[in-house]
Amino acid sequence: MIRIRTLAGSAAAFALSAAGALADPALIFDLGGKFDKSFNEAAYNGAQRWVQETGGSYKELEMQSEAQREQALRRLAETGANPIVMTGFAFGDVLNEVAPDYPDTRFAIIDAVVEQPNVRSVIFSEHQGSYLVGMMAAMASKSGTVGFVGGMDIPLIRKFACGYAQGVKAVKPDATVVINMTGTTPAAWADPVKGAELARSQISQGADVIYAAAGSTGLGVLQAAADENILSIGVDSNQNHLHPGKVLTSMIKRVDIAVHDAFAAGAAIETGTVLADLKGDGVGYALDEHNAALVTAEMKAAVDEAAARIKSGETPVHDYMTDNTCPAASF
Amino acid sequence: MDLPTALQILDSMIRLGTPLLLACLAGLFSERAGIFDIGLEGKMLSAAFLSAAVAFVTGSVWLGVLAGLVAALMMSAIHGLASITFRGNQLISGVAINFLASGLTVLLGQYWFALGGRTPSLEGAARFQPITLPFAQELREVPVLGLIYAELISGHTALVYLAFALVPLSWWLLYRTRFGLRLRAVGENPAAVDTAGVSVVGIRYAAVAICGLLTGLAGAYLACGLSAGFVKEMTAGRGYIALAALIFAKWRPWQALAATMLFGLLEAVANRYQSLDLWGVPLPVQFMQALPYILTVVILAGFVGKAIPPRAGGQPYVKER
Repeated sequence: MIRIRTLAGSAAAFALSAAGALADPALIFDLGGKFDKSFNEAAYNGAQRWVQETGGSYKELEMQSEAQREQALRRLAETGANPIVMTGFAFGDVLNEVAPDYPDTRFAIIDAVVEQPNVRSVIFSEHQGSYLVGMMAAMASKSGTVGFVGGMDIPLIRKFACGYAQGVKAVKPDATVVINMTGTTPAAWADPVKGAELARSQISQGADVIYAAAGSTGLGVLQAAADENILSIGVDSNQNHLHPGKVLTSMIKRVDIAVHDAFAAGAAIETGTVLADLKGDGVGYALDEHNAALVTAEMKAAVDEAAARIKSGETPVHDYMTDNTCPAASF
Repeated sequence: MDLPTALQILDSMIRLGTPLLLACLAGLFSERAGIFDIGLEGKMLSAAFLSAAVAFVTGSVWLGVLAGLVAALMMSAIHGLASITFRGNQLISGVAINFLASGLTVLLGQYWFALGGRTPSLEGAARFQPITLPFAQELREVPVLGLIYAELISGHTALVYLAFALVPLSWWLLYRTRFGLRLRAVGENPAAVDTAGVSVVGIRYAAVAICGLLTGLAGAYLACGLSAGFVKEMTAGRGYIALAALIFAKWRPWQALAATMLFGLLEAVANRYQSLDLWGVPLPVQFMQALPYILTVVILAGFVGKAIPPRAGGQPYVKER
C-alpha cells in the first residue's frame, strides 16, 4: 500500500505556475511513521515550514515495509521529483544503488553517508546532544542510577547511548547507567508495551531518569516514567509537552532544519556530506514552559558550559560509530 | 537474587503474561471446537485500537473495553462466516484477518485522529488504574508473605484479575458442563455430535464468539492497561506467541496458564538481564530475546510429549457427502 499524496493546499495555483521550470521536492518517511512525535515528525515539520514560507508543494511517501524502499525511490525519481529527501539510515544501501541511475536527480539522506556525486548526506552528532542530556539526567537523579532505552540495536542507537553515558559519568563518575535495547528488528521502533516494561524494569533497578531513543516505543517509556512519577528524556523532536512536568528535557535533533534546507535549495542542492553538530545547532536540548520547573539554573549553567567546551573542541565526546567501542558503557 | 528483585521480575511476568493468557484461552476455545485461528493477532490489534479510540472519546475505560469486545467479535464473525458457513480454509481466513486488522486500524486511526494511526494518549479514567487489594499496605510488614501479597498480588489492573479468574472458569466450562463436552466433541468428531442432534455450526459459532470476547479483553488490556493508547502494530507478534503457548499447553486451560506465564517470565528476565553472566559465560542479549522461541522448540521436541491437536481441527464440517 503506497500512498503518494501531493499536499497542494490553497497555494496550488502558484505552485503550478512555477512547476514548468521547477520540479517539486519529495520526502520519504521511514518505518516509524510520519507522526511518531519524534524523528519522522521532525522531518515533516521541516517540510511544512518550507510549504508555509514558499507556498510550494511537495510529494511525500510513507514506508510501510522494508521491501518498498527501492521501488519508492525509483518511482519518485521517475515522476521528476527533485530533490528527493529521505529519513533514516536504512535507506543507505538502497540509495547507493539507485542514485547512479538518476544522475539528474539530487538526493538527500538523513542519518547515513552515501558516497555518490548526486547525494547530500546529512549526519548528526547525536553523541554530543546525548552527552548534554546525560549531564542533566545525572544532576536530576537522586538515586545515582539512570536509564537508557534504545529502539533497534544498531550502531546509531549505541551512539546515542554512548554519548549519554559519557555525559552522566562526567557529572557523577560513580553513577550507574542501565542500558536496554528493545529488540533487533524494525518492530522494536513501535512496541510501546515493551518500552513501558523495560522502563519499569529499570525503575525497579533504581533508575529515576530514563532517556528513550526508540521511536514510538519511546512513547511507552515516557508514559511508564510519568506513571511511576520519575523523569524521562525525549528524543529527536521536542517531547516535553507529552507529559508536562515529567519530561526533564528532550535531545533535539534538527531533522526539520535539514529537510527545510534541502527543500529550500531545490534542485541546486549542494551534494556531499554535511555534519550537523552542536556547533551548527544541529543537535541540542529542549527548554520550554513544560520543563522550566525541572531544569535548575545550576543545571542549565553546567550544561551550557559543557556545550561551549564541546563546541570549542575542549571536551571531546567519543562517537561510538567511529570505532564501535564506548569508554563509558558496555553493550 | 534477593526477594524484592525476584518479586519485581514476577510482577513483570504477570503484566507481560496476561495478554498472552487471554489470547491463549481465546485460541483454546476456538481450536477445541475445530476452528484453527491464526487471526488472534489481528483480533487483538483491532480490539486494542477500538478500545483506545472509544476510551479516549468517551473518557471511560469500560466503554473502551466494550468497544474492544465489539471489534474483536466482528473480526470473529468474519472468521466464522468464512470458515464455518462458507467452509473456507481457516488458515487463509486467519491470515486475512491479520492483514485486515493491520491496515484498518491505521486507516481508521488516521481518519479519526490524524496522528498517523496513533490514538491520543489516554489519561485518568480512560485507562485502567492499578487496584490495591485490601490490607496490602498493612500486611507489607509481614515477612515474605506480606511482601508477596503487597508487591506481586496487589496493584494490578482489573483485567489481570479477570484473566486469572478465567482460567478455572474455562476449565469448568470445558470439562464440567454439557456445552463444554459438546464443544470438545465438535473439535474431535463433529459427525457424532451432529448425529446426537446438536448443531455443529451453532457450537462452532459459539466457540468463535468466545474467542472474540477473550481476544477483545487481551487487546483492551494492551492498549488501556499496559500502555496508554494505541500505536500501530502494537501487538508485536503476541498473538503468535499465544498460539505457540497453546500448542505447548496441549489445548488445556491450566497448562495454558503455566505456558503463558513461562513466556511472560522469559520476557521479563530478558528485559531485566539483557546480558546475563551464567557461570562465567556471558550470554548475549540476542540469545535472551530468542530464548522463548528456542525453549518452545526444545520443550515441544523433547519434554511435553506429542502435542496432538483436536482431530477435526482445520476441517470445515460438511453434513452430507
